[in-house]
Formats: sequence, structure tokens, C-alpha cells
Amino acid sequence: MNNQDDIILRTENLTKRYGGVHALEEANFTLKKGEHVAIVGDNGAGKSTFVRQITGVEQPSSGDIFFEGQRVEFNSPLEAREAGIESVFQDLALCNDLDVPSNLFLGREELLFKFGPFSILDEKKMMQKAKEVLERTAIKIPNLSNHVGDMSGGQRQCVAISRSASFASKLIIMDEPTAALGVQETTQVENIIRGLKEQGVPLILISHNLRQVFNLVDKIWVFRRGRIVGEVIAAETDGNEIVSMITGMQDGVHEKASYI
Amino acid sequence: MTSSSSTGGYKTVKSWKDWLPKDVSILMVLLGTVFIFEVLGWFIAEQSFIFNTQRLTIIILQMSIIGIIAIGVTQIIIMAGIDLSSGSALAFTGIVAASFAQTSEYTRAVYPALTDMPVLLPIIAGILVGFVLGGINGGLIGYAGIPPFIATLGMLVAARGLARWYTSGSQVSFFIDDYAILGSGIVPVIIFLTTAMAFHLLLRYTRYGRYTYAIGSNEQAARVAGINIRAHKLLVYTLAGGLYGLAAVVETSRTLTAQSGAGMLYELDAIAAVVIGGTSLMGGKGRITGTIIGVCILGVITSGFTFLGIGSFYTNIVKGIIIVAAVAADQYSNNKNANR
Ligand SMILES: Nc1ncnc2c1ncn2[C@@H]1O[C@H](COP(=O)(O)OP(=O)(O)O)[C@@H](O)[C@H]1O
Ligand SMILES: [Mg+2]
Repeated sequence: MNNQDDIILRTENLTKRYGGVHALEEANFTLKKGEHVAIVGDNGAGKSTFVRQITGVEQPSSGDIFFEGQRVEFNSPLEAREAGIESVFQDLALCNDLDVPSNLFLGREELLFKFGPFSILDEKKMMQKAKEVLERTAIKIPNLSNHVGDMSGGQRQCVAISRSASFASKLIIMDEPTAALGVQETTQVENIIRGLKEQGVPLILISHNLRQVFNLVDKIWVFRRGRIVGEVIAAETDGNEIVSMITGMQDGVHEKASYI
Repeated sequence: MTSSSSTGGYKTVKSWKDWLPKDVSILMVLLGTVFIFEVLGWFIAEQSFIFNTQRLTIIILQMSIIGIIAIGVTQIIIMAGIDLSSGSALAFTGIVAASFAQTSEYTRAVYPALTDMPVLLPIIAGILVGFVLGGINGGLIGYAGIPPFIATLGMLVAARGLARWYTSGSQVSFFIDDYAILGSGIVPVIIFLTTAMAFHLLLRYTRYGRYTYAIGSNEQAARVAGINIRAHKLLVYTLAGGLYGLAAVVETSRTLTAQSGAGMLYELDAIAAVVIGGTSLMGGKGRITGTIIGVCILGVITSGFTFLGIGSFYTNIVKGIIIVAAVAADQYSNNKNANR
């Protein structure tokens, strides 16, 4: 095992079953500090299920999660978030009827006056901070007080990513952040990810786009039918090998050419 | 969405509607409705519809009670919920409140030992019982995961039963003078507008409002953001219940009697007012100001039909048509938004 101090996240035999469906089987995963890794796998391989377990959206059927050396049990997304794990979910988890600052600060609003649920919001401060955060990402959103439902997919994804990147987080997880985006928007998101690498924020990226994966990450974890079937250093492998691992077939590149 | 990637995709050209304050179009509907009845009034009844103090007073009084309920329902619908129990809740909370508001001059009071109490007691009793009923709704919906339609349908039946049980079906009247004031003159309007203002501020400027809109807009996103969905639903339905209790106090004071059959179909009037006022049944969108105008429109229509001597069954038919039309319009604009 690596030096324990280097490891930010580790799972031990992490398992999730939905009734009879074995969505995730005994996953042993490690992530080092500052490391950017990708999780790849076919549809239904269990990637999103894995993410849901370590972000507190669901609770595993068995197995353990260690975060910063401590065994953790997240009973809600809030608990994972408070521990420093931020996530950008596959299905754009934004409120379309709220504007940009409201979405960025949802669940951790800046307050003028604290009084439980009746606390008064400090909208000026949130707007100011939102501007600063989005300026750093070089994303152009003309009017932050527009509802995010009126924005393009790229702008919304950038808001979602900025939300996770803007809070002092210890780990960011993105589940297919560019799946619904155009070429330009994808590039913008990739630039944000590069920025996180420079800042030393560790990242787990789930992506179907192998070129993107090779461009962005240090290490690739391959999931197949609920199991981890391999971990490879990105610089020491190529697309053919990864595709073979994803499909479980030799020379799978011909059948699964769409991955490249 | 597809054509937008090259420009970044934000809408730069706004239609003229985007420049107007959001409630202007509903206000125009109100003015139009008043105008129609005014014209019909001169043609059919040969007198003014709106410039008639007595009629205006009745409209406003009736509106205030539906209005107080509709404020509670507005925030529930913004949260993508629904509440069918407000009319029954009004009956039960009203009868409880009234039972603490009786005068000692009446010898067969519900609580002979509790007559001539300070007026605050029945008010608080009504609101507290409202909190309890709303809290049960909220608990069933938030914690037991029962769909709002079903949970509040159950409450619709149960609260009506409670109202009958409380005094074994007999009505409660003979109130202290202070209690009678609450439903007379301008007082109901003041109570309505004050409550409306309070909830407008609550929805607009506090975390309570932010979470209400967030849950209605995308409950999954709100949960992932760390909002305690269950507790918030409990709170929203509880506060709504309190408003039903407040409305019941005003209603029983206005009619000077509380009976288990009160508030029949008020839940539908309240929902209609909210929907006419531009709050989307899909959740996430809506404003108290819109609801105030919606309540006015409903009040004008009800009163206008009476004024023209058109039977109440026609009124109900028209109300039904208006509700469906308002929901259809909402649906239509949602689809348009989704497709652009
Ligand atoms: N809530 C659920 N209930 C039942 N089965 C589920 C649920 N979520 C996921 N699954 C199943 O678990 C498997 C893994 O799904 P998922 O993690 O979404 O895969 P991926 O993200 O890799 O495409 C699939 O077979 C899927 O059908
Ligand atoms: Mg997935």
C-alpha cells in the first residue's frame, strides 16, 4: 500500500445492491492527494453508483469508505459536502427557476441575519462572490440574475462546476460533466478541470470521452459490470487497451470505436 | 439549445413581455374582468357594478378570507405541493377558535368555565390547531413520503369529521365583542394584506423562501445541495395550516357563528386564485403579489355573476373552466420554455 498520508480517499470492498441488481461489487479504490483520475466503463458499469455511495446520496450495502485516513459514513449529501467532497452530478443538479448566485450558494447562503429557516439572505454579497467565482472560470454569463433554466447547457454546467470548485473543497467528483455539451463548452469545462489540477485539488472524472480522459488525468480506473477491472497510469496505456478492458474483449476497439 | 453553442446561447433579444413587471398581465386580466362586468352592468342591470360600496365591501370581505388561505397555498404550490384540506381545516380550526370566544351571557357555551376570555385566546387556539393540522400534512408528506394530493385528501375528510365531532355537530356562536371585531369593517382586509406582505417578504428575502423555490424547482438538486427537504416540507405545510386557522378566526367572526360545514370548497377557490395568479402547479414559480390579484379576479367573477343574477351553478361551471384554462396556459408556457 502507498504511504497512508498521501491518500485522500480509499474504499474497501464497497458494494451496492439494488434488490437483486449488483450495481457495485467490492470496489477497492484509492485516490492520492492532488491526483486527477478518470473512471471509465460501459453504460451500467456502476460508475454513477460508485459516486453516489461516496457522496452520501446513497448508503452502501457493505464495505467501507476512508476519507483523509478516517473511516466515514455519509448519511446525506450534506455530510459529504461538509467533509469537503463536492460533486457535479450527471443530471445537472441545478434549480432552473433560480438565478446563478442562488444556485451557487444553495444550501450555504450568505446571511445578513441568522434566525434558523427565517434567516435573511445577503443577496448583494452572494452576487458579488458569484461574479468573482465566474470571472475566474472565464465563462461568459451576461446576466447572473437570469434563471439558469434560460441558459445554455454549457453555461449551466459551468455554474454547476463553479459551485463545486468555488468552495474550499478537498475532493471534486464530476459525473459525465461534458456529456450534454457542445465542442466549445466542453473545452471550457476542460479548462476549469486543468485549473483545478494546478490548484492541487484532487478530482474524479467520469467520462465516456477517452480522448478527454487521456488529456486530463493521471490515472484511469476501469469499471465493468459493477467491478473494478483495472487501474492504469494514463501515460503507460493507450485507447485500445482501455477499450479492451471496458468491453472485456481483446481488440474491442473495432466494436466499440465510438469511445474514441 | 442546439443553435446556441456558438454564441454561448443566452437570449439577447427580449420580447416586450420580458420588460414588464411580472404581474402586469394578470392585472390586465383583472381590469378586463371588471370592465366586462361594468359594461354588462350598465346594459343589463342599468347600474354600475364596481362603483357600489356595498358590493365592493362584500367582494373584499369574501376575498380576504380566501386570500389568507391562498397565501398558504401559494407557498405550497411553489414547492410543487398541493393542499386540498384548507376548507375542512378552516371548519375545524374555526369551531375550536369559536369555542374559546363565547360570552358568559350565553348559558350553553361549549366551555362554560372559559367564557369571556381575552380575544387572544381564541385567535391563538385557531392558529395552533391550524399548525397541528398543517404539521400532520407536512409530516405525512415530508417524512412518510405520502404524495401531497393523497395526504391532504385524507386531511380534507378527517378535519371535516373532527369539526363535526368537536361539538357533536352543533354550531358555536354568541361571541365576545372583541372577537366579533376581527371580521368586521376593514379588519379582515388589514389581516389579509399584512399576512400577504409578511409571506411576500419571507418568500423573497429569507432562506425559507429560497428553499421553497429550490425544492419546487428541482427537489433532487435541493437535496444534493444539502437542504433538509423533509423538515422544510413540514415547516411549509405547518405555516400554511396556521394561516387556515387565522382565516377561520376571521370567517367565524364575520359570520358570527362557527359550524362544521364551513369552508366547503374553499380549497378549490384558493387553488384557483393561486393558479390564476400565475403560480405554476409544476413548482418553482410564483409570487404572493400574483395570488392577491388572482384572489381579486375570483372575487370579481363570483360577485359579478351574483350581480347579474346568474345562478351559482353557472358560477361554479365558469370557475371550473377558468381553473383549467389557467393550468393549460401554465402548461403551454412551460412547454414553450422547455423547447427554446
Ligand atoms: N436506483 C436503482 N435501482 C435499481 N437499479 C439501479 C439503480 N441505479 C442504478 N441501477 C443499476 O445499477 C447498474 C449500474 O448503474 P450506474 O451506476 O448508473 O451505471 P453507469 O453510471 O456506469 O452507467 C445498472 O445496471 C443500473 O441499471
Ligand atoms: Mg452514469
